[in-house]
Amino acid sequence: MPELNQERTPITISHSDHAMPSRRQMLMTLGIALNAVAGALFAAPVIGYILGPALRREREEGLAWITLGPISNFPEGETRLATYRNPLVRPWDGETGAIPCWVRRIAADKFQVFAINCTHLGCPVRWFPQSGLFMCPCHGGAYYADGSRASGPPPRGLFEYKYTIVGGKLWIEAGQLPTLASPPSLACADQTRRCSCA
Amino acid sequence: MRLIKFLAEWFDCRLQLGQPIKEAIQHRVPRSTASWAYVFGSASLTVMILQFVTGICLAFVYIPSAGQAWSSLEVLNEEQSFGWFIRALHGWGSNFMVALVLIHMVQVFLFGAYKFPRELTWIVGVFLLLMTLGMAFTGQVLRFDQDAYWGLGIGASIMGRVPVIGAPLVHLMLGGPIIAGETLSRFFAIHVFIVPGSLIAFVGLHLLMVLKLGVNEWPMPGRVVKRATYLKEYRDLTHKDGVPFVPDAFRKDFVFSGLIILALMVCAACFGPFGPKGQPDPTVVQAVPRPDYFFLWMYAALALLPPDMETILLLVGPVIGIGFLIALPLISGTGEKHWRRRPVAVLSVLLIIISLAALTQLGTYAPWSPMMNAWSSAPVPSKLLQGRSALERQGALVFQAKQCRNCHALGGEGGQRGPALDTVATRLTADQLIRQVLQGRGNMPAYGKNLSPAETTALVAFLESLHPSSQPPARDASLASADAATPARGAAGKP
Repeated sequence: MPELNQERTPITISHSDHAMPSRRQMLMTLGIALNAVAGALFAAPVIGYILGPALRREREEGLAWITLGPISNFPEGETRLATYRNPLVRPWDGETGAIPCWVRRIAADKFQVFAINCTHLGCPVRWFPQSGLFMCPCHGGAYYADGSRASGPPPRGLFEYKYTIVGGKLWIEAGQLPTLASPPSLACADQTRRCSCA
Repeated sequence: MRLIKFLAEWFDCRLQLGQPIKEAIQHRVPRSTASWAYVFGSASLTVMILQFVTGICLAFVYIPSAGQAWSSLEVLNEEQSFGWFIRALHGWGSNFMVALVLIHMVQVFLFGAYKFPRELTWIVGVFLLLMTLGMAFTGQVLRFDQDAYWGLGIGASIMGRVPVIGAPLVHLMLGGPIIAGETLSRFFAIHVFIVPGSLIAFVGLHLLMVLKLGVNEWPMPGRVVKRATYLKEYRDLTHKDGVPFVPDAFRKDFVFSGLIILALMVCAACFGPFGPKGQPDPTVVQAVPRPDYFFLWMYAALALLPPDMETILLLVGPVIGIGFLIALPLISGTGEKHWRRRPVAVLSVLLIIISLAALTQLGTYAPWSPMMNAWSSAPVPSKLLQGRSALERQGALVFQAKQCRNCHALGGEGGQRGPALDTVATRLTADQLIRQVLQGRGNMPAYGKNLSPAETTALVAFLESLHPSSQPPARDASLASADAATPARGAAGKP
């Protein structure tokens, strides 16, 4: 109803306007300053929280040595699928905490451990022993038995894990999804990349 | 009736919303805009509201936990009453919304609606398109199955190509070092809070500007937009030949929205929910990941881009594309609106539609992907074996056993990564075949280390037999004697 509006229109100014302009200004300035500080203090932890996974030096902290089991599981001259539990897991990770990799045993203590992810866009490559190729189901990348690029769009050979043999068991250093920006540990041999074991 | 009137007055006396709403919905629009061409924006809004409803319903049951999301989807599909239907509505709603938003965009583009003074309406619309696609992608992730898992891997791999900050970006996207619990939680927050919240704000802005600036009039060839005169011309148009938006222009929107809701429900009821496919277990490496329909064109483009340009196109392409869409009204904010006077605009739209359609069509059967089980599931056509020598038949065995079939089709079955080999002998001589098999070339891997000399001889003998009976095999012209050119075949003892 319009009457309600009209009642509000005559605003009476109780105290004289010119009396305390400096005090009003000061209050406003104080308000701006206080809220700017409060806003910054509030924003910093929120932004830090959201960016946490990127800021955390997980490239260093997340990597750990994990065993893939006794080397007798991997016959010489064969390439077999192995799985491990990611070193950094949450209780609710479920199946996603298990990561597969391809283990190629070249000789008694000579191995190659390849990441499952195609270097093109991360799809799971599959090993075909008959033709001696890894084939990617997504965009048609193919790799030779030694992981080098055979054909298709991949920009490089398969990512390799650093491995060692201790107590008759095969160990790899793992802990993050390999991408071109952060391949798993063997990239340390690649001097152009930043990595933990440099 | 009197009670309703009393209540309405009681509330309106306090809310004071009746008059402004009446003014807003009855604002005058050009008569020409009461057209079926103008119904797609309101239909997008309708579907968005349905998405909010079905999305909230899904959140009653869905568990955004990497370990349990998949089972909760199964419960929704199988146990929860109407769970399958709500999932189907949400999945189909996503398809409908993307389609409607794109049609709406093409319509306002062809009608020159982005020109002065509606530049900002278009720019906000570009962000709405991006948010809609963002909802589609993040929604596909929440359907946490094999495709979602490897789709995230693809997203992370693209991020990993960003120079300098690639690694932190990957970890930011995944919420940790691998695709796991925190990844799903992150995408849940984006899909359920961040993007929908922004959508509401931006849709509000979009609608506010439509109200303030009026609906774009039906363009006429020769009616040129000038900054100095357009506002007055539009005001005159709406006064002289205008109708109130409600009910005159609204009727068709109303009918079309109703039709869309019904079509959506029919699709959901007939075709059911999408997935979930296999569990998001990365150790099941038999996965053949495929994106949802609306990203198939991107999937195809990623397979077909020249590898050495890929990173640049992947990272710079979207920036240029989105930048162009945003800059469009600022570049050509005045001038002709009618499509007949804008051939470049029309051709661009056609080119984009044809390209996307062609890429999508390719994406549906992915000829670039090896067919992983062709070697063991597609038999060699019997007519290619009849009347062949023992060596040639042995070669056919090698052909299957060495998975050549995964990339090369015979009799229409097999991979399409490489050329079909039904008539390969007419194209390559025996020597060329040996070289190609052993050393590879182009997209063909080298098999030198994987074939014994005997296997190579047999394989090439088989390939040399692959030519129509009416057409002789290719011969090396540099060799004078035809018999001397094919010692391998001679040795095989052809009858």
